[in-house]
Amino acid sequence: MTKILTPTAEHDVAVRDGLWMSPVDAERVTGWTLKPEGMCRADLCVPLPESAVGTNEVDVAAFWTKLGGPVIASDQRDVWALGAPADERNAALEGLEAPDFTLPDVNGVPRSLSQLRGKKVFLATWASW
Amino acid sequence: MWQELYAELKDKSFMVVAVAEESRGADHARPWIDQAKSDYWQLIDTEHRLDDLYNLVNVPQAIWIDEQGRIVRPPETAGSTDHFRRMDLKTRTMSPKDQDERLAARQAYMDAVRAWVTTGKHALPANAARANLPKVTPEIAESRARFRLGVWLRTNGRAVEGDKQMAEASRLHPDSWSLWRQAADLDEVGKAGGPDFWKRVQALGDKPYYPPAKL
Repeated sequence: MTKILTPTAEHDVAVRDGLWMSPVDAERVTGWTLKPEGMCRADLCVPLPESAVGTNEVDVAAFWTKLGGPVIASDQRDVWALGAPADERNAALEGLEAPDFTLPDVNGVPRSLSQLRGKKVFLATWASW
Repeated sequence: MWQELYAELKDKSFMVVAVAEESRGADHARPWIDQAKSDYWQLIDTEHRLDDLYNLVNVPQAIWIDEQGRIVRPPETAGSTDHFRRMDLKTRTMSPKDQDERLAARQAYMDAVRAWVTTGKHALPANAARANLPKVTPEIAESRARFRLGVWLRTNGRAVEGDKQMAEASRLHPDSWSLWRQAADLDEVGKAGGPDFWKRVQALGDKPYYPPAKL
């Protein structure tokens, strides 16, 4: 099993030659679905070159790169990180809707920004370092 | 740090969300959180997800979000100042004048938050909020992915490999103090404020470490 880290999740996936995996796993990891038109999410489809699609498998590294997202592998190529594309981050921020997130509090209870709709929120970072 | 403000304003549909950018995890942050005696949300962000989502580069930075969930002030320094750069490194103290100015700047920032909550002042119109957003570049996007991988490798006992990813993340995004300081802290607690840190601060020259919020 290969470990794949996305901005919000961790997946253990059976892969070969980089990030070739089944379309089912590709959807689980990326949220995009393999269709004849390419990889699709909601109304949007990103066409893939023939070289990135096989019999019941898809090259997620090629797809993610096409999307404009960084694909980084550990030296042993057993752990991968798929980063959010810069354009996606910029578009979200420029829309001015505060990106939602869920993080644990100090006792492990998950909290989401969206639970606070209806209040003014002062969102501030800090660190011990 | 924000408890006084929160206690004063919590009946006015106001919430403080303090997020610890802390890859060492909740137990490492807990002493500070206990000391704050706060009743707002204190969240733990081991992977610096907030830095990724909001394009942050340092702590403390704050984002103001209105009742509709819209950003009305993009990320900016939350009341901290550069006075620390002039402190006497031997005694770790600032001059009385610098201490006063530093406190006054923090107070002015808190007053701005108060004014926003009670009157709406300082909330930026959409075009101004948009204009003040820092842009995510492909290098920044790659640095986030490398940092995420670096934290995972570190957490799973692969420090050397993790450090390599973090060093590359910092090289790709040199403006991020959070990336550099977190990596230093993971290497050794205290290193984030050690001699290498001061060298980096000195290398800023006339550039601010904490760009002041434009209120």
